[in-house]
Amino acid sequence: MRVADVRARLERLGTGVTFHVLRLGFASRFLGHLVLHSGTALRRFRLTTAEIYFAGVLSLIIILVSGLFVGMVLALQGYDTLQRFGASESLGVLVALSLVRELGPVVAGLLFASRAGSAITAEIGLMKATEQLSAMEMMAVDPIARVVAPRFWGGVLSMPLLAALFSAMGIFGGYLVGVQLIGVDAGAFWSQMQAAVDVRNDILNGVIKSAVFGVAVTWIAVFEGYDAPPTAEGVSRATTRTVVTSSLAILALDFVLTALMFTGGTHQ
Amino acid sequence: MQQSPAAQRVVAQPIAHPIVDIRKLSFGYDPKRPVLRNIDLAIERGSVVGIMGQSGCGKTTLLRVIMGALRPSAGEARVLGHAIKELDREGLYAMRRKMGMLFQFGALFTDQSVYENVAFPLREHTDLPEDLINDLVMLKLHAVGLRGAAHLAPTELSGGMARRVALARSIALDPQLILYDEPFTGLDPISFGVIVRLIRELNDSLGATSIIVTHDVQEALRVVDYVHFMAAGRVIAQGRPDEIRSSSEPFVRQFVNGSSEGPVPFHYPAPAYDADLELATH
Repeated sequence: MRVADVRARLERLGTGVTFHVLRLGFASRFLGHLVLHSGTALRRFRLTTAEIYFAGVLSLIIILVSGLFVGMVLALQGYDTLQRFGASESLGVLVALSLVRELGPVVAGLLFASRAGSAITAEIGLMKATEQLSAMEMMAVDPIARVVAPRFWGGVLSMPLLAALFSAMGIFGGYLVGVQLIGVDAGAFWSQMQAAVDVRNDILNGVIKSAVFGVAVTWIAVFEGYDAPPTAEGVSRATTRTVVTSSLAILALDFVLTALMFTGGTHQ
Repeated sequence: MQQSPAAQRVVAQPIAHPIVDIRKLSFGYDPKRPVLRNIDLAIERGSVVGIMGQSGCGKTTLLRVIMGALRPSAGEARVLGHAIKELDREGLYAMRRKMGMLFQFGALFTDQSVYENVAFPLREHTDLPEDLINDLVMLKLHAVGLRGAAHLAPTELSGGMARRVALARSIALDPQLILYDEPFTGLDPISFGVIVRLIRELNDSLGATSIIVTHDVQEALRVVDYVHFMAAGRVIAQGRPDEIRSSSEPFVRQFVNGSSEGPVPFHYPAPAYDADLELATH
C-alpha cells in the first residue's frame, strides 16, 4: 500500500471521528438547551400528557403482546434447563429475575425505540421539512420548548412504565406456560419468586435501567428529528438512524449498567 | 445570473420613518460568495411592497434577514425600530410578536384543527379567556372567509384554503408588519384572486405594512404599492408598479414580459458544446 493511500485512509478516518465528536457535542448542547427550556412542558403538563399518550399508550399493544410471548418462551426454555437439575420449581424466580433485571428494560427499550422513537423523529423531521417549526419561530414561540421538550419528557416518563408492564406481562406469560401448561406448582412458582426478587437490587435497578434507556432513546429521537435535513430523504435517514443508534445505545448502556449494578456480590 | 445589472434604475424616494430600513446590507453564508450585496432599501409604513426577482436572486434571504432569522454580515437592517444585529433572543421574539409571516405553503400545524391553528399564537402569547379567544379566532377566520371551516383538519383543505388559514393565523395578534414568502405559488386563479384581495384588504384594515417576496410578477404588480427588483443579490430597480411596467432596464423588461430572450441566459454556464460532445477529436 502506498503512503498516499494510507494517508488518505487516515484522513477519512479522522474526518469521520471529528464529525461524530462534533455531532455528539451538538447533541449534548441540544439536550442542555432542551432541559433548560422544559418549563413550558412541565408548567403546561397537558402538552406532556398528550405525548405520554402518543409515545406510551399507543405503544402498549406491542409492549404487552411482546412481553407475554417473551415470558412464555422464557418459561419453556427455563423449565427445560431447570428440570435437568431438579429445580423446576425455581421457574418463577428465573422468569422474574430475567425479566425485571434484563429483558424487561432491554426488550421494552428496543421496542420503544422502534415504535415511539422512530415516530418522534419522523414527526419532528416532517414538521421541520414543512416549515412548521420555522412558523413557530416566527410566532416568537421556541420550538424546542413547545414541540421537543414535551415529546422528550413524554418519552422519558413512558419508558419505565412500559418496561414495568412488559415485565409484568412476561411474568404472567411465564405463569401461563409454567404453571397452567407444564404443571409447575403454583405455590412454589409465586413464593420462590417473592422470596428471591429483591425490591432494591432487582426491581429498582430494573427501573433505573429503563429510565436511562428512556432518556437515551428519546434524546436520540428528538435530536435526530430536529437535526434532520428538511427533505424526504433526510427524514427517512434520520428515522433509520434513530432506531439503529438507539438500539446500540441501549445494548451498550445495558452492559455498563449491569456491570455497575449486578457485579461485586451485591446480590445473591 | 451572469449579467451585470444595467444602470438604468428608478431612483428611490426618501422615506421619513420607514418600518424597514436597510443600509449597505451584505450577507453570505460563505464570506467569499455573498448572497446579498450592498443593499439599500426602505419600506414605508402602511404600504404593500413587493420584492421581486428570479429564483436564487436573494429575495428570500433578504426576507430572512428582515425576520431576524439571519444576521447581516455587513451593513445595517432596522426593522420596527430594532437593529437586527443587536437583538438577543428575547429581543428578537419581542419583535416577532409584532410581525406576521405567511409561508409559501402555509406551514399549518398538521396535528391541530384550523381553529387551533389560528388560536395558537393567542394561546401562546396571551392569557385571554377561552370565550374571547373563540371570538377572535372566528373574527380572523371570517376575515379570510373560512369561519365555516374552523373544525376541519389542515389535511382536508385545498392549497388556497390552507394559505388563507395561515393568513388568518399570521394576523391573529394584529401585527404591524406582515411578511409573505411566495404567497401565490401553486394557486388556482380563483384562490389566487382571493389571496391578492385579502393581502390588500387585511393590510389596509389592520393598518399594517406588508412585504411580498415573489417571482409572480404580473400578479404581484396588481396588489403592491411599490416594488424592489433584485438580481444577483442586488436591488437593481425600484418604483411604483406603473414605473416597473414601463421600465427600460433590460432585466426588468425580460422579467416583466416573461421573455426567454434577454440578459438572463437560457443556458446554465457550461463548457463549449462541441468540447462536451468531443467533436474536436473526430
